[in-house]
Amino acid sequence: MVLLTTLLAPLAILASFSIEEKVKPYMALFLALETGMLGVFLSLDLLLFFVFWELGLVPMFFLIDQWGSKTGERELWGGMKVSARGYASFKFMIYTMAGSLGLLLAIQMLGVVSGTFDMLALFQSWPSLTGSLFGLSIETVKAVAFWAFAIAFAIKVPVWPFHTWLPDAHTEAPTAGSMILAGVLLKLGAYGFLRLVLPLYPEQARQYAGALALLATAAIIFGALSAYGQRDFKRMVAYSSVNHMGIVVLGIAAAAYAAGTESATIALNGAVLQMFNHGISAAAMFFLVGVIYERTHTRDLEDWGGLFPLVPVFGSLLIFSSMSSLGLPGLNSFVSEFLVVRGAWPIFTLFTALSMIGLLFTGAYILKGIAKTLHGPLNEKWKGHISDINRREIIVLAPLVVLMLWLGLWPAWLLNVINQAVVKLFG
Amino acid sequence: MTTATWTWLIPLPPLLAFFLILLFTRRNNAVSHTVGVGAAALSWLLGMIVFVAALGVDHLGEHPITSSVGWLPLGDKIFSIGVLVDPLSAVTLFFVAWTVLMIFIYSIGYHNFGQPRGAQDVPGLPPHGATDAKHPGHHVPSVEPMYARFFAFIALFAFGMYTLVVSDNLLTLFVGWEIMGLCSYLLIGFWYAKPSARAAAIKAFMTTRVGDVFMLLGIVALYSATGTLNFREILYNHELLQTLASTPVGVFGLSAAGLIGLLLFIGTVGKSAQWPLHVWLPDAMEGPTPVSAMIHAATMVSAGVYMVLRIFPLLSAGWVEGGDLTTPMTVMAFIGAFSALFAASIAVAQKDIKRVLAYSTISQLGYMIAALGIGAYVAAAFHLLTHAFFKALLFLGSGSVIHGMEHGVQHTGEQIDAQDMFNMGGLKSKMPITFWAFLIGGFSLSGFPLITAGFWSKDEILADAFANGRWIVFAVLALSAVLTGLYSMRQITLTFLGTPRTKAAEHASESVRTMTIPLMVLAVFAIGAGWMGIPNTFPGIGGLLPSWFHEFVGGTLLEPPLEVEFNIVPLLVSFSVALGGLALGWLVYRRAGQTDPLRKPLGFIYTLLENKYYFDELYAWLFVRPAKWFAEQFSYLFLDRQVIDGALHRMARVIFALGRVFRNYFDAPVVNGFGDFTASVTQSLGRTLRKIQTGQVQQYLLFVALLAFGGLFYYLLNTLK
Repeated sequence: MVLLTTLLAPLAILASFSIEEKVKPYMALFLALETGMLGVFLSLDLLLFFVFWELGLVPMFFLIDQWGSKTGERELWGGMKVSARGYASFKFMIYTMAGSLGLLLAIQMLGVVSGTFDMLALFQSWPSLTGSLFGLSIETVKAVAFWAFAIAFAIKVPVWPFHTWLPDAHTEAPTAGSMILAGVLLKLGAYGFLRLVLPLYPEQARQYAGALALLATAAIIFGALSAYGQRDFKRMVAYSSVNHMGIVVLGIAAAAYAAGTESATIALNGAVLQMFNHGISAAAMFFLVGVIYERTHTRDLEDWGGLFPLVPVFGSLLIFSSMSSLGLPGLNSFVSEFLVVRGAWPIFTLFTALSMIGLLFTGAYILKGIAKTLHGPLNEKWKGHISDINRREIIVLAPLVVLMLWLGLWPAWLLNVINQAVVKLFG
Repeated sequence: MTTATWTWLIPLPPLLAFFLILLFTRRNNAVSHTVGVGAAALSWLLGMIVFVAALGVDHLGEHPITSSVGWLPLGDKIFSIGVLVDPLSAVTLFFVAWTVLMIFIYSIGYHNFGQPRGAQDVPGLPPHGATDAKHPGHHVPSVEPMYARFFAFIALFAFGMYTLVVSDNLLTLFVGWEIMGLCSYLLIGFWYAKPSARAAAIKAFMTTRVGDVFMLLGIVALYSATGTLNFREILYNHELLQTLASTPVGVFGLSAAGLIGLLLFIGTVGKSAQWPLHVWLPDAMEGPTPVSAMIHAATMVSAGVYMVLRIFPLLSAGWVEGGDLTTPMTVMAFIGAFSALFAASIAVAQKDIKRVLAYSTISQLGYMIAALGIGAYVAAAFHLLTHAFFKALLFLGSGSVIHGMEHGVQHTGEQIDAQDMFNMGGLKSKMPITFWAFLIGGFSLSGFPLITAGFWSKDEILADAFANGRWIVFAVLALSAVLTGLYSMRQITLTFLGTPRTKAAEHASESVRTMTIPLMVLAVFAIGAGWMGIPNTFPGIGGLLPSWFHEFVGGTLLEPPLEVEFNIVPLLVSFSVALGGLALGWLVYRRAGQTDPLRKPLGFIYTLLENKYYFDELYAWLFVRPAKWFAEQFSYLFLDRQVIDGALHRMARVIFALGRVFRNYFDAPVVNGFGDFTASVTQSLGRTLRKIQTGQVQQYLLFVALLAFGGLFYYLLNTLK
């Protein structure tokens, strides 16, 4: 994960060269964001974890609110209208905060009961801890703490039905913000599940894994369907994140249910790899949408059409990244999707089978995206108005594209690391 | 180097060619096609080396050429991928290598290499033709604007097919399978600026993806049940298969083997365009003709049949020869036979020369599936081989016809469809090589007795069905064979015989050498490929050539199937259906004008056939539109925007209102009120006290003096008491 963050952050900064106003605060906030994300991945102390967790929020709020798309507004109740980016940033902030509140309380509770915030010590003592708090049995405490953790992370991932902040935030954020948001911030939630929820609450996780799997399946299906129903290209890509992160959660749920079995190991391997893969391909997709947006100043799929001859290199890269996102075998996402599906099949057969509907519609929306932008008769109004992708943009994409292919053909190098970690943590 | 190493290398040249062309040589057509064809030739050479080496191995079925390498570390196990060459893959490799190479060469001519660029040509549309620089006013074909890209795509396609054939496990087979799916998407939509091509490409990808997701489930189910995806480890493990066949899964009374087999078979239904997932294949004709040949003969659709041939031991687990069929086999027999008849009947009423062939492909693949469904393993493999050759020949032939017609169209400037057979006629004298090649292909397709390859393979299927008493399958396939003869002859008669129906047909000209040579090579195979499978028991000529095919391919299975006893009945049926169909076709169509002579007598049935039984409309109404509505209206606008966001907004609104209540009724009156009260009291106090702040020192001194005296008095009074 650290690898992913440190890879994506410079690329995202490189991707934001087109930001023209207030450059200094923009960059400062961006670096603060990176600090927050790295902190979460690196901290082994619950309080520190929480501090970094919150630290990541603030810069993102300002990035969306100040540098987000300028047009568009959302209507709230009673005809009240707010600017779209204001709405999105506010929703993002409040929603995550709502989750964090429970997280903070639960962390405090853990600290009080066990007397330490050190994760490693907690992993040792916590599952077998006995005693009570405020007269509640330890089981109740654990169940409450589990749900507080789970909801906080579920909002961040996001798991259906906590996902609606995501399309708004992604759509309104500046390109680099979307890249980081999809590439890394969403992973914080899944990381939280793996780092904290599974080791701390194996029993509760097992107990509620079915519910989690159900929500994951809903995320996969409705994420894909909603993506298919979009006219806004960026929002479509945003919904694809819901779809793909659903697969991660399905893997986690399967692993939670059958911890220690072979299928669980495979599912976890798949889930972690899927996190990484989604980071790469979603970042690439958002970047590409950003590229075309900068040239045409529209995100509406109906406004484009037949652009391929005008932007051949961009088109090829878009098709390539789309295929990665679609899970085409030979590219990165397929490996992880296959592993998750393989791991989840014997554990949640029905959910896995249902999630195939989502996978089918993944194909549908990806192809719709390509068809509406690149293929079809040329929309004459862009003739002579747009230029192909430039060198800086290719440099941003190159490492992502190379990784997609490399991980697809030879995933062993990364999977080896993941596998060792998984076996060590959960084996 | 060992044969296994050669095998590893087979898929690589096309992959390298793909990247080379896209990254470096795309601006230069000559270099690009050299790279593309060179890669195909290299793979062909490697394929032949492996094929010959495989022939040299005794009992190849028991001792196949294998090699594997760890790919995915999972827990304490490692998932390995590798290559496998057994008789089935050797034979498949043989026909794939030949057809692919021929198609690559043919593409050079088809895309008008060496011709000038057209003034109106744009990438994304077929070339419009150009004016000859030396002879102004003379029209010549123009080179395809995306010439290099075409070679990159078909190279990737070839990579997918080779990967699939040499794989030793289902996962890499699936990788190749899907890469071909992508390539067919890219190639069907090659002229992407045409809305019809764009729609066809999406339709092809999505329809096959329906099959693919089921197949993916089948793969994971198999992997979960057995812990491996390696063909040898699963399919040659008798005990494992028996266990799978006897484990119930609790769905529709299926066994584990049955469920997995069915899931995987649905993948084939999609890929091999069997009913009910057949709708994409005819539309796939939007692509350039070499693509049609590639998809419909050599590679993608064959891949579906190849896969079920591969997993046949799994599909038939629990079945003994001559006994009751397993559930997957019954389903296959039904779907295969139904598709064979269904598609053949549609083919009779199509106008477009390529669409006829597309439906005939569905029909012929139905033969193979049905054959496999009744356990005729070798016959199915044999038909796969012969079909690859004669169908590639027919498609390339039709491409040549279209090319010739387009030439005529450009010459005369007529506004007609160059693919409509009712605009052709009399092309025999204009395009003799194409005519003879097409004739051979068409006769082979309809199973012209004794000479053609198609006869021997089709006869074997019918004989097998007859010998095992599968009467329904036998009857349906025989009936389809009549229709096959009919539409083949219809096509040949309308296209090549009689007199030209349009001016363009009069001015059609024979295609260039790069197109005709592949036709000739394939024509040789369309006849000769059948000779290696003549049953030994066949009267007269049986045994003249060794029945090599049966023994060789039969050896793939753990228990090689027995050769069917010779029986005169199916043979006579084979003879009569083929000849009868052909004769019927000639009789009906030899004097056909601009309209189909069958249109009147068949009435509404003809309309039904012409519209493909309205399956496209049905699916659009049943699946496509509801899915769109569901995605847009329900999932996004209703569920996300109204229900979830609505709930959030309501929550926000409540909290907002709550905040206002607090503000208006607590904060404002109580907290602020208290604050304000304190402040105003202080203020008024200060205001009152201000009056004594006069700034006059005398007054201050007076106060001080008064206070001092007051204090003094008080003190004195207290102390003096």
